[in-house]
Amino acid sequence: MALNSISMDIPEKQVTALIGPSGCGKSTYLRTLNRMNDLIPGVRITGEVLVDEFNIYNKNVDSVNLRKNVGMVFQKSNPFAKSIFENVAYGPKINGMHDRKKLTEIVELSLQRAAIWEEVKDRLHDSALGLSGGQQQRLCIARTLAVDPEIILMDEPASALDPLSTSKIEELIFQLKTNYTIIIVTHNMQQAARVSDNTAFFYLGELIEHGKTKKIFTNPDKKQTEDYITGRFG
Amino acid sequence: MGATGLSVILIIAVIVLMLVIIIIGGKNQMSWEFLTSFPKEGMTKGGIFPAIYGTALMVIIMSVAAVPFGVITAIYLTEYAKESSWIAKGVQFAVRTLSMVPSIIFGLFGLGFFIKFVGGGMDKVFFGGQITWAQPNILWASLTMALLTLPVVIVSVEESIHSVPRDLREASLALGATKWQTILKVVLPGSRSGILTGTILAVSRGAGEVAPILFTGAAYYLATLPHSLSDQFMSLGYHIYIMSTQSVNVDQTLPIQFATTLVLLLLTFTLNFIAVIIRSRLRRAH
Repeated sequence: MALNSISMDIPEKQVTALIGPSGCGKSTYLRTLNRMNDLIPGVRITGEVLVDEFNIYNKNVDSVNLRKNVGMVFQKSNPFAKSIFENVAYGPKINGMHDRKKLTEIVELSLQRAAIWEEVKDRLHDSALGLSGGQQQRLCIARTLAVDPEIILMDEPASALDPLSTSKIEELIFQLKTNYTIIIVTHNMQQAARVSDNTAFFYLGELIEHGKTKKIFTNPDKKQTEDYITGRFG
Repeated sequence: MGATGLSVILIIAVIVLMLVIIIIGGKNQMSWEFLTSFPKEGMTKGGIFPAIYGTALMVIIMSVAAVPFGVITAIYLTEYAKESSWIAKGVQFAVRTLSMVPSIIFGLFGLGFFIKFVGGGMDKVFFGGQITWAQPNILWASLTMALLTLPVVIVSVEESIHSVPRDLREASLALGATKWQTILKVVLPGSRSGILTGTILAVSRGAGEVAPILFTGAAYYLATLPHSLSDQFMSLGYHIYIMSTQSVNVDQTLPIQFATTLVLLLLTFTLNFIAVIIRSRLRRAH
């Protein structure tokens, strides 16, 4: 997937939704924000991504450190084949945290923030693979929070979930935005309208339009955006 | 269909026939005592305990050498080498070639490289030329066998590293893990069963091979068990070979030969069977 000269501002501590038809480049764009695309052989990236005025594509930036600051939640929940506790503790541990007491605190806090603590507090040492799909996804969010990022990227985090789990995730996103900057890719128009403050519409690798969600959904500037939102194509 | 069916029946018939002959020939000899005692009276009586012990010790030393080396090679090939780079192609080619080399060549290589070159060098440097390591022993035999079984380990581990889902690697990297941390904490634990399968297959192969240890460490008869890496050892496969070619009375030792063959067969069958089960579980898990 190729992207063409995308330029947009993403406000802090708000939810920005990236929408557009399949293959429009929104996931690829999302992955440039934590340099996940670096891992794909043959990829070529130009331009800059500024986080707090700082270009993350600067030669001196260590993509490993960057990813501690820019967390990511994937489309398919992907817990490790470890216990619930070890899943959440994974990030802090690889960053050199081995104090059991502190780890326990971080795990509990992260699970609470991801609104899954009550459901798992009595079985922290059971395998994470025994959780339901929706619980697994919230566990993955908790795992991301445990690293204490400023920005969280979410790549269609609810697309594989049932409506109840989806609404739980959406509620969670709403709570999280008080502390984190969230960028979410979604196929679901209603979801974008419900959870986001800003929306960006991508089409064929181009950023067609972006702005306040209310405006994009009620009175878009471009015809293409309006056609997509009203379901005339895509 | 007719031809396929016929060849299947033929193959099964050959296997069954082989098993029946071996079992009938060896069943009277088989006993607890046979498995746990030393050979007696010019190896015409007694048991095969030193051969079982030697085979087990040899495959253990072999695994200690082959498994870490194989795992590291597999990690390099799957995670670090660019498929198009000449070095990756070279390693791949070497692994494939290694698995096609006749086993007697490994034996000769072991003799030339480990015994003459490495052992000879060690003796010159550390023992003032006195022959200590420049002779066949269990260490050189095990290392020679490790070379032979290395491709088995590499291929098996490579396969299981490939089966670790991309999602999990990405999850780890997205949490700020380095590539190496991701390999250690996510990829290798996820490949555990592949590593185990590779080890078992290597052990099963190594336990049965004779040619590589012929010049490098296997002994005709030893009154004591090996207790140092520089000792020679007795092995099941080699025992069968010498009993059937160099025994003082080949006909008299026939039951011992059959029973030894049966032990070796049971050992390799069991190991292969375990490997198949682990592998099918691995497939189901993904």
